[in-house]
Amino acid sequence: MSKYIEQPRFGCALAGQQTVLAIPGARPIVHAGPGCSSKATQFAGAGSGYQGDSVGGGAHISCTNSGEQEVVFGGENKLRNLIDGALKVIKGDLFVVLTGCTSDIIGDDSIQAAKDFAEEGFPIVGTETAGFKGNSYYGHHRVTEAIIEQFIGNVTPNVRKGLVNVLSVVPYQDPFWRGDLSEIKSLLEKLGLEVNILFGASSGGVSEWKDIPNAEFNIVLSPWVGLETAELLKRKYKTPYIQIPIIPVGAERTAEFLRKITEYAGLDKEKTEKLIEKESKVFYNYLTSIGDFVFEFRDNLPVELYVVADSAYAIGVTDFLVNELGFIPMGIYITDDPSEKHRKNIENTFYALSDDLKDTLKFETDGGLIQEDIKKKLNGSRRAIFFGSDWEKFLAQDTGNNFAFLSLPINQKVITNETIVGFNGGAQLIGAAYNSIFNKGAGAVSRRQLDV
Amino acid sequence: MGIYKNTPEVEVRERRLHSTLFYNGDAQDLIDRSNRKELVCKRGYYGQCSDCSEGCAETQTLFIRDAAVVGHAPIGCSGGSSTQNIMARNVSVSRNGVLHSVKYISTNIQEKDTVYGAAEKLRGAILEADRRFSPKAIFIESSCASGIIGEDLESIASVTSDELGYPVIPVYCEGFKSRLWSTGFDSAYHALLRLVEPAREKKKDVVNVFGFNGSDTFSPLLSKLGLKTNYVAPLASVDDIKHISEAACNTQVCKTLSTYITAVMEEEYGVPEVNAPSPFGISWTDEWLREIAKLTGKEEIVEDVIESEHKRIAPEIERLKKLIAGKRVYVISGDSFCHNLGNILKDFDVKLIGFNALHHDAHPDKEGQKNTLEDLVRDNGNIQNVTVCNKQPYQLVKIIKRLNPDLVIVRHGQVSNAATRLGIPIIFEGDANYSCGYDGAVRMGKRIYEAIRTKKLVENISKHVEFPYTDWWMDEVEDPFVFEGK
Repeated sequence: MSKYIEQPRFGCALAGQQTVLAIPGARPIVHAGPGCSSKATQFAGAGSGYQGDSVGGGAHISCTNSGEQEVVFGGENKLRNLIDGALKVIKGDLFVVLTGCTSDIIGDDSIQAAKDFAEEGFPIVGTETAGFKGNSYYGHHRVTEAIIEQFIGNVTPNVRKGLVNVLSVVPYQDPFWRGDLSEIKSLLEKLGLEVNILFGASSGGVSEWKDIPNAEFNIVLSPWVGLETAELLKRKYKTPYIQIPIIPVGAERTAEFLRKITEYAGLDKEKTEKLIEKESKVFYNYLTSIGDFVFEFRDNLPVELYVVADSAYAIGVTDFLVNELGFIPMGIYITDDPSEKHRKNIENTFYALSDDLKDTLKFETDGGLIQEDIKKKLNGSRRAIFFGSDWEKFLAQDTGNNFAFLSLPINQKVITNETIVGFNGGAQLIGAAYNSIFNKGAGAVSRRQLDV
Repeated sequence: MGIYKNTPEVEVRERRLHSTLFYNGDAQDLIDRSNRKELVCKRGYYGQCSDCSEGCAETQTLFIRDAAVVGHAPIGCSGGSSTQNIMARNVSVSRNGVLHSVKYISTNIQEKDTVYGAAEKLRGAILEADRRFSPKAIFIESSCASGIIGEDLESIASVTSDELGYPVIPVYCEGFKSRLWSTGFDSAYHALLRLVEPAREKKKDVVNVFGFNGSDTFSPLLSKLGLKTNYVAPLASVDDIKHISEAACNTQVCKTLSTYITAVMEEEYGVPEVNAPSPFGISWTDEWLREIAKLTGKEEIVEDVIESEHKRIAPEIERLKKLIAGKRVYVISGDSFCHNLGNILKDFDVKLIGFNALHHDAHPDKEGQKNTLEDLVRDNGNIQNVTVCNKQPYQLVKIIKRLNPDLVIVRHGQVSNAATRLGIPIIFEGDANYSCGYDGAVRMGKRIYEAIRTKKLVENISKHVEFPYTDWWMDEVEDPFVFEGK
């Protein structure tokens, strides 16, 4: 990992406010300097394909806008006033106090302020998310943990058979999270499970979070994000969990995912096989239908694959593009800065996907260095596709290559229900991988390679 | 005592310009109270997130063509660097085809840096910016974190500047230092002033236009007087900035943006400031051209230019008037830019029913500098429903609901949905240059018509969108300023 960061791919821990906003009914209260919350919104709210302000996000977020006075005299009083005001003005089922650099450096006890209000009976928790303490993924974890520890608390689980909690993609930071979670929920429901998806419009919101301890088991569908939460839930409520580190994209991996869950939960195997058969048929209808296109446009199509994304998206998408679509992996750059402990597992998972992947993986948070490396590897090629952010879109333009959106920041696309997950995610990715040839240079036609 | 002080930092606006963040009344009363120095920058009991100085400073620094920026900050502070890069590429290509990308590195301050200091890290980032970008100057932008831990930017800048052989200049834009994000403009200009050199020659036909990275709408206007437009600072080079002292005069797209640097330029380098409001609306464009003509010896031709421009746009203005006259419009924008936008409306007999300025400076930097609020009242009569608050959609939503305008014009992101949620169409004034001059006025007329004509979408949104506010706040509280503090 490099020390400096050019072309950042994540925000700071305060991005946890977006995790709060992804829970229907939850509202952030921010104790930070005046621009912090707005920048978090700019990066992960607008910068995730214009996903809007949810209900109480963006400029609606309550904030102390800490100034010199707070830095000199402390800001706890200001925070208490803010919380008091927010509880009067803002409608919400759960409030989460998050902090910024100023309050954490000067040592305000913001969590205690939240706890004092909670003792009066208000639904409120607090966590420290100063920018220097960590990145968006850290902030996501802090928020999740604070809600579990302070809001759900030490309850005795009333386990319901077939109920699962899903810990997977990071809201907003994984730009297709709405479509992804909706797809995961739908797949699991088709297996006969009841699903607490926890984030997004198809979640039951705060009441669903209260239901977390009652799950029969938890599913961590991610290489590392969510693992600590699952461990916490195991300690706290004795809920077992299964980790599936590869986000399933396309028919093969989705079938494997469904079989694993079926096996683990002791579900009806025959029913699962029928589901796989039915969904695969639809998926392969899409895949096979592009046969003529692929062979007639072969000289226009990208073949060399570069992926710049967090570990969850990078592994899932690379798996599909290499193993089902036959792309040649050139450079896979993982940007979410997992700890050393997780890196080894991520490497093992990644290299087990295909022998083609040898030496293609890099952990790098500095987008400037990623692009230097890609340029070196390209060696003048114009047959590459970059799956990445706005930064890679421009790199594709500047080098005459192809491009598809996969990671933040994304300010040149509107994202609604797109997903990379499951049979649907695979089908959508086929379009994303090939459509870019029509936006490149003079466009593409089958009878002539325009980019010679 | 001079306006420019040879100190690292410029005084924040609340102390320099006696700015405020709270007001509720009418335009004339705001002028009177400002003149009597009665405005106090109070602190609210409750509030919603604001913006910071850094966000404003970077609207200048990131767009200087051959300069690099090192943000001495945690990574969240660079949340805007990609959108600024998109802007940089987009606008630079449309201006003159020469691509500009932002050149920015963050020192990515970590917890241990806040304990042990991060001077070495900053030095390393400066050298890395030199390696990656080969710039002609580097700006170091401070942050709340580096400010509170007391990083000595001056000495790091001075040492690395000697080492690299070109200017390395700190921009003091810590968010916590000023409650007015516009202080960040002054911070950036204060840093730019450290680059400016005395004039080698005087260029009588060059006008400096201080502004944002926006469309090229000034040069079509100034070229009619035979004058050249020199945009500062976005898309200027480091060398261009060194020689801005050579221009005939200074003007700006918005007084709130740059009265600090124009006042200093007049005082230190004798470059006069155009003594007219910025060219928004026909009356102010006329006035602006006349003042520029006075400073550039174009008085003989200016009246002909104005007359022929009026003639040119008259049919289109008349056509649009028939479509939108009588519509009621509310404006939300930065202080003086509110006045700019408000002054266009009368050209179509559209009514300015009120505005909210995101802050208000009680006076400009220098005695005699134009006060556009006075100009607005002079040309449009007193304006009712004038408020000041820094975004605060919880207040704006109540104000807009009560006024029920046909349209809201808003310049700042995220605020617009206060109107959208109510089913009221908006015009988003993202490009500050877009509505200036005669053609800008015509464009505004067209956009008002188009926004109202296509309002089905906002009406649809308003039917399905949820408000984050309690019934108590929306229905029972009378005064949106009830949380105004001391």
